[in-house]
Amino acid sequence: MDKTQNNKAWFLVLPVLVVVAFSAILPLMTVVNYAVNDTFGNNEFFWQGLVWFEEMVTSSRLHEALGRQILFSAIILAIEVPLGIYIALNMPKKGFWASVCLVLMALPLLIPFNVVGTIWQIFGRVDIGLLGHYLAELGFDYNYVSDPIDAWITVIVMDVWHWTSLVALLCYAGLQSIPNAYYQAARVDQASRWAVFRYIELPKMAGVLLIAVLLRFMDSFMIYTEPFVVTGGGPGNSTTFLSIDLVKMAIGQFDLGPAAAFSIMYFLVILLVSWVFYTVMTNLDKEEGK
Amino acid sequence: MAQITLKNLAHSYLATPKGEQDYALKEMDHVWQDGGAYALLGSSGCGKTTLLNIISGLLKPSQGRVLFGDRDVTEAETAERNIAQVFQFPVVYDTMTVRDNLAFPLRNRGKDAAYIARRVDQIARMIGMEATLDRKARGLTADAKQKISLGRGMVREDVNAILFDEPLTVIDPHMKWELRTQLKQLHREFGHTMIYVTHDQTEALTFADKVVVMYDGRVVQMGTPEELFETPAHTFVGYFIGSPGMNLLPAEIRGSTAHLQGAAVPLGAAYGPITGRTQIGIRPEYAVLTEGDGLPITIRRVEDVGRHRIVRGEVAGQMVSVIAPEGMPVGASLTHVRFTPDRINVYADDWRVAPAGGAA
Repeated sequence: MDKTQNNKAWFLVLPVLVVVAFSAILPLMTVVNYAVNDTFGNNEFFWQGLVWFEEMVTSSRLHEALGRQILFSAIILAIEVPLGIYIALNMPKKGFWASVCLVLMALPLLIPFNVVGTIWQIFGRVDIGLLGHYLAELGFDYNYVSDPIDAWITVIVMDVWHWTSLVALLCYAGLQSIPNAYYQAARVDQASRWAVFRYIELPKMAGVLLIAVLLRFMDSFMIYTEPFVVTGGGPGNSTTFLSIDLVKMAIGQFDLGPAAAFSIMYFLVILLVSWVFYTVMTNLDKEEGK
Repeated sequence: MAQITLKNLAHSYLATPKGEQDYALKEMDHVWQDGGAYALLGSSGCGKTTLLNIISGLLKPSQGRVLFGDRDVTEAETAERNIAQVFQFPVVYDTMTVRDNLAFPLRNRGKDAAYIARRVDQIARMIGMEATLDRKARGLTADAKQKISLGRGMVREDVNAILFDEPLTVIDPHMKWELRTQLKQLHREFGHTMIYVTHDQTEALTFADKVVVMYDGRVVQMGTPEELFETPAHTFVGYFIGSPGMNLLPAEIRGSTAHLQGAAVPLGAAYGPITGRTQIGIRPEYAVLTEGDGLPITIRRVEDVGRHRIVRGEVAGQMVSVIAPEGMPVGASLTHVRFTPDRINVYADDWRVAPAGGAA
C-alpha cells in the first residue's frame, strides 16, 4: 500500500526534539567538549584531539576496572537470572499467599539505592552489624573492610538481595499468562518436569526474561551507589567498578578531560551491548516464526 | 484399551460442599463400553468438561471411583492412565516444529525412532499437514494449531481412550466436517474408545454411536440418536435435541388421555396415576396442522428454513412449534393442530414416565 507522504508532519516531532536537545544532547556535548580539550578553568579550552581517548584506552587502571565490572555483571546475571526463575516457578499462583509473596518480593525494589547500601554497610559490620557479628561468633573470619573476597561477597549478596525480585516478578508475570490447558496437555503427553519447563514455561517467559537480562545487565554495569556506600571501592581498588573509578577521576582528581573521554567510551560500550542484546532478541523472534 | 466405569462419582469444586447445589457433578454411575464412540452433549456449564477431566485424571473427584477395566485408577496420575485428550483451544509447543509436536507424546514414552517417524508421517497425512512438518509451530493459524493438537491426541495407538473437549470450536465449518469424518474413520479403523464433548447437537449426532446428554451436573440420558429423538428421558433432552426442540405442554393425565385446559388429547398408551407436575411432549415433526381436527391453534409466525417451514403458534396459552412440510400451503383455514398419539411422551417433574402397559 502506498502511504501518503507529508513531510510537514516532521514539525510535530519538533517539541520533543527541543526538549531532548536541552535535557540530553547539549549536556552530552559538553562532555564531548571536555573529552577533546584540556582546560584549567576560566572557560579556556586547549584542543587535544584524541589524546585523552588514547590515554584511557591504554590505561591499565581502566582495564582493571573494566575487568572487575565485567566479572561483577557476569556473576550478578549468573546468580540472579536462574534464582529469579526458580523463585517465580515456586511462587503460589493465586490466593492470599500469592499476594503476600508479591508484596515481600517487591519490597527490596522500593528501597532507595543509598539506603540499601547503608543497610548492608551496617548489617555487615563486625562490631555492631547483625550479620558481621554473628559470622564472627560462628568463627568465620569475615571483614569486608579489609578482605577483598569478603568485600566482593558482600557487594554481590547485596545486589542479589536487592534485584533478584525484579527478575522473579517479571518471570512470574510471564508464567501467569500460560493457560492451564498447557499444563494439562503436558500431563496427558507424559512430559517430564524438565520438558514442561523447557517447552512450555521457558518459551512463554523468553520475552520478559530477555528484558530482565537486559535491565540487570545495564544496571549492574552502571552500578555506583551501593558499593560506594558499603566499600567505597575498597579495600584498595578491589571493588572499584567503572562508575566509581569514573567519579574518583572526575571529582576526586579533577581530571576532567580523561574522565570525559572515559564516560563517552563507557556510554558507547553500554549502548553497544544493549544493541547486541536487542538484535539477538528480535532475530530470535524471527527465527522462531519461520 | 478398556471399559471405563464411573462408580458413585461426584465432584464439587468447593472444599466442603453443603448441599447438592454445590456439586458441579452430581452422583452418577456410568459405564463407557470399550471401543465406543460417545458424544457428551450438554449446554455450557453442565459439567461435561469436569467429567472429562476426571476420566483423564486431571481432576480428582470429590467422591466415587474411576475404573479402567478392573483396575481402580481413581488415584492414578494422568500419565499412568495412558489417555489422550484434546482441548478446546489449541495447545501446541511453540518452539518445536510440527513434527516434534506430533512426536512428543511418543518420545516421552520412549518409543523407537523408526516407529515414531512412521507414525508421525501417518498422522500428518491424516490431518493434512505433511507440507508443514518441518515448520515451527509458532505463527501457524489457530485451526492449523488445533489440527496439531488433534494429531497429538491420536498419535499414540495404545491409549485407553481419546477424549475430545469441544475440539472443533476454532476450526472453520468446512474443515470441521472433514476432521469429524476422519475421527470417525479413525475410530472404525482402530476401535479406540472416544468421548467427544460438544454442545453442538449436529456434531454429537453425526460423530457418536451413543450420545450422552448432560444437564445440570447429571447424565440425563444415554442413547442412540434415534432414542434421544423419539423418547427423550428428560424434558431437557427433548428441548436440546431437535430443531426446534420438543413442544412441552402442561397437562393432566388420566388413563390414555391428556387434558389441557378443557381440551382432550388422545395418547398412544395408558398411564397409571402420576404425581408431580405433568407435561406432555411432542416433537414439531409429529404435529400436523388441520382444518378442524385436534386442538385449536393461533398461528403467530411462519419461518421458512428452506427444507420445510416452522409454524409458531399458540395452543392453550403455550407457544408451540409445528413443522409444515414443503409444498403444504399454510393458510387461514388451518385452525387446529393434531398430535400423533403414539409419538407423545409424558413427563412428570421433567422426567419421562413409561406407560402403564410396560411398553417403552
